[in-house]
Amino acid sequence: MPLPALPSSAVELGASADDWRSAVRLVGLALERSGAALPAYADEMVRMIEEHGPYVVIAPGLALAHARPGPTVVADGLAVVTLATPVAFGHPHNDPVSVVLGLAIAPGGDHLGAVASIANVFNDSGAIEALASATTVDDVQKIMADS
Amino acid sequence: MKIVTICGAGIGSSGILKVNAERVLQKLDIEAEVVAVDLDSLAAAAADAQVILTSAEFVEAIGKTWADVIVVENYFDTAELTVKLEKALG
Repeated sequence: MPLPALPSSAVELGASADDWRSAVRLVGLALERSGAALPAYADEMVRMIEEHGPYVVIAPGLALAHARPGPTVVADGLAVVTLATPVAFGHPHNDPVSVVLGLAIAPGGDHLGAVASIANVFNDSGAIEALASATTVDDVQKIMADS
Repeated sequence: MKIVTICGAGIGSSGILKVNAERVLQKLDIEAEVVAVDLDSLAAAAADAQVILTSAEFVEAIGKTWADVIVVENYFDTAELTVKLEKALG
């Protein structure tokens, strides 16, 4: 069950975000750069959180931004944005967020395969901290490939 | 035994809960079907479920149910999942 590809264009390190919305938009831009999603996908990811709350902050310091499979997804894809200064999403336990993952799944895509691979990476409790402190894209790709 | 995991989109976070719940259940030697759904599909999926796994944001939206609703804080912490699933199923 492979992780969606994580090309260097889908990784941004030490980014600046004023708030959770801009953090999610940054990871949307990363998915757009790598060819996984259209610009409107970022709007949908923001809307999911506006509608349902900060549940995407699924572990301390980590948000898994995503929306539904749909026409704004071009291909299965993953993106990683780390923040120079962590931002609050309003989560009761897991704020502030320093690592934002973006996940795009094409309609009919293998979302369970993708999330199983994500779980393999992050069931190692050191992975979030390792990503947050990564200084090169190569480091990030190695951490994310470690499943 | 049926367990439902819920999130806004039915992929992503609920999928991670499904995968990790299955891993924990296997270790506990408990047989269960784990289904990941979005909030809109919940009523149908949860009708015969014993346990619903989700995050705090969805508890109110789940509303009245016979199932045990378990709120998970860290989706990757299989120790937390183990304790909470054992408590609900034991």
